[in-house]
Amino acid sequence: MRARIRTARKAMVVAAVASLGAGLLAGCADDGGSDGSSGGSGGDSGGKTKITLGLFGTFGFEEAGLYKEYEKLHPDIDIQQTVVERNENYYPTLVNHLTTNSGLQDIQGVEVGNIAEIVKTQSAKLLDLSKYGKKSDYLEWKWQQATTEGGETVGLGTDVGPMAICYRKDLFEKAGLPTDREEVAKLWAGDWKKLVQVGEDYKKKAPKGTTFLDSPGGLLQAILSSEKDRFYDSSGKVIYKSNPAVKDAFELTAKAAEDGLIGNQTQFQPAWDTTIANSKFAAMSCPPWMLGYIKGKSKPDAKGKWDVAASPKSGNWGGSFLAVPKSGKNAEKAAKLAAWLTAPEQQAKLFAVQGSFPSTPAAYESDAVKSAKNEMTGDAPIGTIFAAAAKSSPVQTIGPKDQIIQQGLTDNGVILVTQGKSPEEAWNTAVKTIDNNLDQ
Amino acid sequence: MATRHDTAAPPVKEGGAAPGRPPAGADTERAMKKRARLSRRWQRDMRWSPYAFVSPFFLLFLAFGLFPLLYTGWASLHQVELTAPTDMSWVGLRNYTRIFDDDFFWNAAKNTLTIGIISTVPQLLMAMGLAHILNYKLRGSTFYRVVMLAPYATSIAAASLVFVLLFGRDYGMINWALNAVGIDHVDWQNGKWPSQIAVSSIIVWRWTGYNALIYLAAMQAIPQDLYESAALDGASRWRQFLHVTLPSLRPTILFTVVVSTIGASQVFGEPLLFDANKGASGGSQHQFQTLGLYLYEQGWINQHLGRASAIAWTMFLILIVIGVVNYVISRRLRASS
Repeated sequence: MRARIRTARKAMVVAAVASLGAGLLAGCADDGGSDGSSGGSGGDSGGKTKITLGLFGTFGFEEAGLYKEYEKLHPDIDIQQTVVERNENYYPTLVNHLTTNSGLQDIQGVEVGNIAEIVKTQSAKLLDLSKYGKKSDYLEWKWQQATTEGGETVGLGTDVGPMAICYRKDLFEKAGLPTDREEVAKLWAGDWKKLVQVGEDYKKKAPKGTTFLDSPGGLLQAILSSEKDRFYDSSGKVIYKSNPAVKDAFELTAKAAEDGLIGNQTQFQPAWDTTIANSKFAAMSCPPWMLGYIKGKSKPDAKGKWDVAASPKSGNWGGSFLAVPKSGKNAEKAAKLAAWLTAPEQQAKLFAVQGSFPSTPAAYESDAVKSAKNEMTGDAPIGTIFAAAAKSSPVQTIGPKDQIIQQGLTDNGVILVTQGKSPEEAWNTAVKTIDNNLDQ
Repeated sequence: MATRHDTAAPPVKEGGAAPGRPPAGADTERAMKKRARLSRRWQRDMRWSPYAFVSPFFLLFLAFGLFPLLYTGWASLHQVELTAPTDMSWVGLRNYTRIFDDDFFWNAAKNTLTIGIISTVPQLLMAMGLAHILNYKLRGSTFYRVVMLAPYATSIAAASLVFVLLFGRDYGMINWALNAVGIDHVDWQNGKWPSQIAVSSIIVWRWTGYNALIYLAAMQAIPQDLYESAALDGASRWRQFLHVTLPSLRPTILFTVVVSTIGASQVFGEPLLFDANKGASGGSQHQFQTLGLYLYEQGWINQHLGRASAIAWTMFLILIVIGVVNYVISRRLRASS
């Protein structure tokens, strides 16, 4: 009897210690990230050349089966990818690896918000891909974004983010607004102020607990994306403070926030996800990839209730590039893979599966894009709508610190208006933060 | 009872009754040399081997402790960007002087102090109480002790993410509970004090058990007869705690205070993950940005390595000041006891 109690107690202690140990191990394991399979240009595995990709977010190459297809075409190649979920975590590591020339993968993804800085400061470490990709395939501005003054193209464009406005047909109907996508687009065509005006109309008869737009960050992003010059002028000078386009966009967003037309959320936060699931807003600015995000966060009954209308002004939000570090052992093979992955045929496949919109106009004529449908938006011809937006987007001047400025304006700026601060106060906080971060 | 040394037998001299060593002349020259060599080797061994044994620590410390420390100091005197870390331009003490009128730095310093206080004080008080309870004879005491340590073994990341959900403004459980008892919902992430309290609660949750176990270990070293005699004198449990336990724990309390202070001045993971903005700005108005977070923001988000190095060194100097203050206090305490 006594012995049994003893062993029971012992077992309990062992179990407790074991679970503690497991907790500790789990604690150690939580920062896998890009360092995981470093060594980067890993050599041969079983006679095959291993090519590694370091990516962030969802590029969707693997999900669309592109790696398998390439491996079938080239039996001597073995493709492996490591993915970091958020670019905010991925990018500093990438810069660090590039400056020390270590820990790099054969192919590295670069977000459009960072491409100017990469082109400016890291082009010596990256392969010129203009020999591998076909310039005429790509949107001109997309190609230009990754090209140095000397004419070296260090990144091949994967997708772009031409913007439209996604809206809930059911909520629009309840608020007495038209639901046909042509009519809806006419309501705000040509001017962002009209979009805010539609918001005022929506508010009058809005279903309880809903707002017109999702978040101040989303609206500000949309307006700024449709401007040719935002934060830098063409000579590379920071002009965000004096650029009336930026101030106007800020003030329009702040006004909409003050009037209660916008939910007070930060995009891509769990709480924002919940507002999608609970149908708490009627419209949002959305590039094609956002449809995939909406699908991921929505409840099943939201299917088909969304629709897509052209946005007041065309703009681009998001998009990425593939770059090939020179130091990789298989740089040439990697460059060929990068060119293949970003060629029009593959981009069309990617759009069909993943919703990443092609940066190659040639793909717009393909069936995959023309006949594209999306579960959330029913029979809306999303391919044609987004293609039109992509073609009419301005060629934007981008600068090395775009991301820091954009984030400052949103996360330390307009969001404050939803918390009861005045627009001036919000603008001052944003400017102070940005200037400190830019080291001005 | 005691032996007097002067009356005890004197130690035996060589050549006494005990068998002495063979006379030196009996050795051959070679054996002598060999012995001398061996003994030299032995001496060298005795003299230098310990250093070899401890050297791994010092080599690692040189490579991963001292060198980075000095290099950071060097970098702090330059303007360096992460995009080109080898490209340094000398700016002297500018990175330090600008700290004096850097509102963000002082805001972070203030936040670090307040978060430090509202996390350390309740944490140590609760740890003391828990340790006192656990010190009684209890069924399954080992189980409770292990349970207490469980939060400490959880990763900061996992714990913080769960707390972020609990403290959510619109759909968080804590606001839901507050609503249920009729209190209006609190914006835990955007208010200054609410956010700092929320961040502190993660720290308190994680470290209370750890400190409680340290207190418990110290309590168990207090001789039982002190309590017995106190009980005989009619002291209540509370009086026993005040007059027996607390004084005996003084060095332990001091230790935990020092360790917690150092920990509090380096708080990083909790506010980083509590941030709604994904970055390191510690809330949209920097309301819970700590010094560690500000350092990280400058170095890794904004890529100003020189400024980040200056902040790191300033933090180091502040820690030294804290350490000296603690040392002085502990000497005073020791002298008074």
